Amino acid sequence: MTAVIERERRAFLTGNEVVAWAALAAGAEVMFGYPITPQNEIMHYWARLAPRYGRKFLQTEDELSAGYATIGAVLGGVKAFTATAGPGHVLMQEALAMAEMMRLPVVAIITQRGGPSTATVIYSQQEVNLACFGGNGEGFRLVYSVAGLQDLYEYTLKAFGMAWRYRLPTIVLGDGYQAKMRGPVKLFDPARQGIDTGMAAPFLGAAGTPGRERPPVHLRNTYNLEEELLAVVEEQARSFEQVAEQVAEYEEEKREGAAILLVAHGIVARAAQLAAGRLRRRGKAVGFFRPVTLRPFPETALRRAAFEAEMVLVAESAWGQLERLVRASLSGSEVPVQAYRRPGMGITPEELEEELEKILAARKSSGWSRGDEVAARAADATGLAP
Amino acid sequence: MKLQPEPQMPRVWRRESKPHRFCPGCGHPLALKALGEAVDDLDWQDRVVFGCDIGCSLLAWDFFDLDTVQTHHGRTLPVLVGLKRVRPELVPIAYMGDGGAYAIGVQHLVSAAARDEPVCSLVVNNAVYAMTGGQMAPTTLPGQKTETTPYGRDPALSGHPLKGAEMVAAVAAPEAYVARGSVANLRQLKRYLLRALQNPHFSLVEVLASCPTNWRTNAAETWEWVEKEMPRYFPLGELKGGVREEERR
Repeated sequence: MTAVIERERRAFLTGNEVVAWAALAAGAEVMFGYPITPQNEIMHYWARLAPRYGRKFLQTEDELSAGYATIGAVLGGVKAFTATAGPGHVLMQEALAMAEMMRLPVVAIITQRGGPSTATVIYSQQEVNLACFGGNGEGFRLVYSVAGLQDLYEYTLKAFGMAWRYRLPTIVLGDGYQAKMRGPVKLFDPARQGIDTGMAAPFLGAAGTPGRERPPVHLRNTYNLEEELLAVVEEQARSFEQVAEQVAEYEEEKREGAAILLVAHGIVARAAQLAAGRLRRRGKAVGFFRPVTLRPFPETALRRAAFEAEMVLVAESAWGQLERLVRASLSGSEVPVQAYRRPGMGITPEELEEELEKILAARKSSGWSRGDEVAARAADATGLAP
Repeated sequence: MKLQPEPQMPRVWRRESKPHRFCPGCGHPLALKALGEAVDDLDWQDRVVFGCDIGCSLLAWDFFDLDTVQTHHGRTLPVLVGLKRVRPELVPIAYMGDGGAYAIGVQHLVSAAARDEPVCSLVVNNAVYAMTGGQMAPTTLPGQKTETTPYGRDPALSGHPLKGAEMVAAVAAPEAYVARGSVANLRQLKRYLLRALQNPHFSLVEVLASCPTNWRTNAAETWEWVEKEMPRYFPLGELKGGVREEERR
């Protein structure tokens, strides 16, 4: 296959366009989708671009069908993907549960919108629970929470590679802001940058007559006995734990003796990073941690960062969905966790700065022991602050 | 367990998974026999991919020496639609019950038919939800007693039985093949299946089938019901002829 993007180039695109280009560059052969805002333009661009590159598109009757048809294409041995949001994402979880059970490399792009139910078409981070643990299963899937247009490009490429390498359903978790915002992106051929976009191979319909030249492939979801199912899920769990160590990703800006570790994911992480940086430049001891994979969650790294801090502040456009993952990771520790919850609302660096200042002031007046400004200045002197 | 002498089975049946797991008197194995013979006749063992659904149809997940995928709620159809779209050389068969095809997954059936997806659907209509213990199905006949219609299905309360084949015939493309057969006439059923499999467009074969376990009928009553009673509401025959071989050339 010739590269979709031969030479690296800069483009000015919306997030949804970026996803379509990334899927093309990753070698996705087919997309199945059903209209829902804010995901629509992924389909629009794919539907326009696909025929030019010999790729396929089908608008299905619903997201159930989109998810299951994606499974069917994957079973046939091609890279396939779908995209959805909100109530469509709820339906999509049914297919993702099957992909989880059968370990099928289905790639789903989720552009979060407000919830519960229909809610807003614009933005939120309220689909974290669903992306990580949706379906009647254990959440054995990969979830990449992207933070910006370049991220969308690179993690969509990577999603195909990881899905096919580990045989796990893989979600690229974005949101309506990232889907619709337009900005500069660097597009490149993944092969030239050493990004693995996966090698597809058929699960069904491989060469040879089943039963004569090779055993038939019998893929099932159903099990008769509790013990049978237990053995299957235990094996999946073991495998997922091994994979987790290799794929957990995060981004952090450390601050020795940090008073506050600010934790955020997705687009909110960009605001958090800015706010933490500004405070550090003003001599305040604030660290920043962004989980990139929400499944598996970078627990060890977060624990390490949090234990060096006086407290953790979780900021998210949801009512405690990331916070719950953070608290679970930190269970057993004494580090207090506070939350800044704005379900369905964008979060600016300015409001986070204000919130952080408020917490620092309150801490100071109550006689804070460690991460005060003196310690912060001392750390600055060691060159640890950016 | 090895039966001696081995009973006559279609070549494509998987010996290792026999005897099968269906109840005595069940219509499924008869439908699967007709299907197996049709695949044998076409010698398509290397082309057919078998998909089965939830409920009793899932008991067929290792029934054939065919690549097989099992899912639920009529999603067998979109899975095979996705497969066929990327592997046009394969012949996918979606094997579903009346619940999956005509109730919880009906949107997939209607849409696949309307889009003329070249996939073959085989819907076993036994007028009950069998695996779950005999509840009312979309195809339960008026007056028929089930666990959720203990006094008999009252059309004023729960509507009339759904004529799935007629519904599909109404929305399917002119080239689609739609027929209703019965396990009471295997020769006719096999003929329908051969036409359905060879039709390069959407095809549906509904099969009237017995469920003595949930009907609570003895052998004679069971046969009477499947052979005489059911076709009074669900007439047998071809509703849409598909593309015949001579027309395809």
